[in-house]
Amino acid sequence: MATLFQGLGVVTPLSSSNSFDSNKFLLPSRRSLSERKDGIFVVRSDARVSQVMKTGARKHELLIPNAVATKGGSSVASTSKSGHELLLFEALREGLEEEMERDPCVCVMGEDVGHYGGSYKVTKGLATKFGDLRVLDTPIAENSFTGMGIGAAMTGLRPVVEGMNMGFLLLAFNQISNNCGMLHYTSGGQFKIPIVIRGPGGVGRQLGAEHSQRLESYFQSIPGIQMVACSTPYNAKGLMKAAIRSENPVILFEHVLLYNLKEKIPDEEYVLSLEEAEMVRPGEHVTILTYSRMRYHVMQAAKTLVNKGYDPEIIDIRSLKPFDLYTIGNSVKKTHRVLIVEECMRTGGIGASLTAAITENFHDYLDAPIVCLSSQDVPTPYAGTLEEWTVVQPAQIVTAVEQLCQ
Amino acid sequence: MSLSAPKFVQPLSPHHTHRSIGSPMSFHASTPFLGSTHKLRFIAPIKLNPRSPSTVVSVSDVVKDKKRKSTTNLLITKEEGLVLYEDMILGRSFEDMCAQMYYRGKMFGFVHLYNGQEAVSTGFIKLLKKEDSVVSTYRDHVHALSKGVPARAVMSELFGKATGCSRGQGGSMHMFSKEHNLIGGFAFIAEGIPVATGAAFSSKYRREVLKEADCDHVTVAFFGDGTCNNGQFYECLNMAALWKLPIVFVVENNLWAIGMSHLRSTSDPEIWKKGPAFGMPGVHVDGMDVLKVREVAKEAVERARRGEGPTLVECETYRFRGHSLADPDELRDPAEKAHYAGRDPISALKKYMIENKLASEQQLKAIEKKIDEVVEEAVEFADASPHPPRSQLLENVFADPKGFGIGPDGKYRCEDPKFTEGTAHV
Repeated sequence: MATLFQGLGVVTPLSSSNSFDSNKFLLPSRRSLSERKDGIFVVRSDARVSQVMKTGARKHELLIPNAVATKGGSSVASTSKSGHELLLFEALREGLEEEMERDPCVCVMGEDVGHYGGSYKVTKGLATKFGDLRVLDTPIAENSFTGMGIGAAMTGLRPVVEGMNMGFLLLAFNQISNNCGMLHYTSGGQFKIPIVIRGPGGVGRQLGAEHSQRLESYFQSIPGIQMVACSTPYNAKGLMKAAIRSENPVILFEHVLLYNLKEKIPDEEYVLSLEEAEMVRPGEHVTILTYSRMRYHVMQAAKTLVNKGYDPEIIDIRSLKPFDLYTIGNSVKKTHRVLIVEECMRTGGIGASLTAAITENFHDYLDAPIVCLSSQDVPTPYAGTLEEWTVVQPAQIVTAVEQLCQ
Repeated sequence: MSLSAPKFVQPLSPHHTHRSIGSPMSFHASTPFLGSTHKLRFIAPIKLNPRSPSTVVSVSDVVKDKKRKSTTNLLITKEEGLVLYEDMILGRSFEDMCAQMYYRGKMFGFVHLYNGQEAVSTGFIKLLKKEDSVVSTYRDHVHALSKGVPARAVMSELFGKATGCSRGQGGSMHMFSKEHNLIGGFAFIAEGIPVATGAAFSSKYRREVLKEADCDHVTVAFFGDGTCNNGQFYECLNMAALWKLPIVFVVENNLWAIGMSHLRSTSDPEIWKKGPAFGMPGVHVDGMDVLKVREVAKEAVERARRGEGPTLVECETYRFRGHSLADPDELRDPAEKAHYAGRDPISALKKYMIENKLASEQQLKAIEKKIDEVVEEAVEFADASPHPPRSQLLENVFADPKGFGIGPDGKYRCEDPKFTEGTAHV
């Protein structure tokens, strides 16, 4: 189980890379900014663009008493003059650290999380601060240490289990499916399992087939678990905290290529809702549903689309299981056209489930069949060109929207 | 160390003189099969290098010594003896009743009975405190009873009634009790062992991180010989020994995994030897003798409580019935079954208590009668209990039902009245 993490430290998806047309991406003009109704693009001096999200991600959100997203909530950057900038993996660490300080029962277990600091540095420094038992370096035995996390959760602790790469959690499938998902039910509600299972997944940069897996499609059928995917430092920290505080077992999907995203997040404490989707860009013509890394491909395509005169509404669904049918439904009712852009495989992926859910619930509001862009049903090739073609690219998204809106 | 020809020295304790050492466990001696060429001759301690941190002990010598001493120095007191006897009788009667009820159509699915193995459950669990945890497999009815779960709760669970210990949602293979710290009940073999390791980890965590200085809860994990060829077993032996977790791994080696003989599936069938490979003591004990099991258990549990780490205990035992009530049990040699039937742990304890004047025949009969009534009452209770209502369908899927998500109307789906009725579609 060697992981190729060293090289990834310097790669950011938003900087120049093969799959992006970097020129177009790095220089949004003032004109295009004013065309956007909401949201703010902040261009940094180091030419990295980060997005500050509006609404959907409400700031200062503690545990929400009601479900509905409050529209018109102010954007993060504009109201908080303070706030600090950090990278996504640092945001995850901050969330984790805050929760560990708040509740001594929160502990971390996984391979190389302790002394090594985590293969993606999410747990860096925590072992020195909290000790070797609270940030436990486990042997390479995913099935057993995930099971151990479950047993610990059943007996009062709140473990955060890290899969060094989500793909390794395939070895823990027995424990995740049978024990994590089912024990609360088969014990008649006697034992709760407040565990968080997290790790990086998704297609990286030529990591090879086995390190480029998207496990959300395999886990989505397991009853009794919740799945969320983070995509920005803001929602990464908020979802991490929410997942730890949740009484349910939560699987938090991170993406290998998003760890170095930079964003300014509030200084004040905030916790996001695990079940809600995030409105990234309100629009009128078409609803684009996406999550994790594909959000950025969609945002890039959106710039082209806006230039061509389209007005896409972009929603980061965030909650992969269960789906936030309210936010999604409202959007479908407004635009009547849906495009799903995901990194999962075509067969049986999150997009497939989402298509079914939307058809079931909002069929009457659709003016066109739902289009789902997913990765090809192909083991991710090593060669960069081939890898590029297995994953959805912004150009394909633009074409799909054009076809959908005819 | 030569692995091919184990050096066996002394025979077992004099109690079992009729079991000759020369005869292999497989009674099909003439039929060659693909499997281990080891003959199971469990005997005396192989004393490892004294510098080695782990010791391999065969308890028979220890117990032999104790027994040879004067009869005033017995292994148990009268009260303890009665408790043990009652517990084993409860286990046996309950399982016999289960079989009856199954054939009468009161319970369904896979039911795995524990007849013959009572000494292991009683020997270990009766030493534990209420806060200690027990993790079992699908053969868990008697572990539940020994740990203190009321017979009526277990029987209701088997009948699938709402008053069962898992509200009827678990069934035979998923007995849980938070109150008695019975952490399952698992259907797949070996999947409970990591959970047990986690419970032991919690105990250590409480002591060292949360600074609950008096927390010395021990976890006992029960599983079978088939499980000992599974990766999770070895992974957990490693982790438990590595972190010195307060856990005892108890192998109920009844020699058969459904129809697969232990000898046909295991390259080295002596499971206790696998403990020292991970740095913990491996002990072999006669699992048909509750007193011997209890002596070993005492040592292992105390070791864990003191923080010295895990122990691997292999109990040589036997199940009188098939693997489950659906198993025709045709593969096992009747001679083997007869051999072990002659070593029934309940008869052995009865004999011991009467011979050593710890109890009279009548007292023991009175216990048997009392247990009969308890089991009858449990059946009546289970019969009279209600089936789970529809509204129970969607409860307990999530500890926090917000996990069902937000519906199209903007409200959390769990607020939908159809949820409390159990008619909502999830």
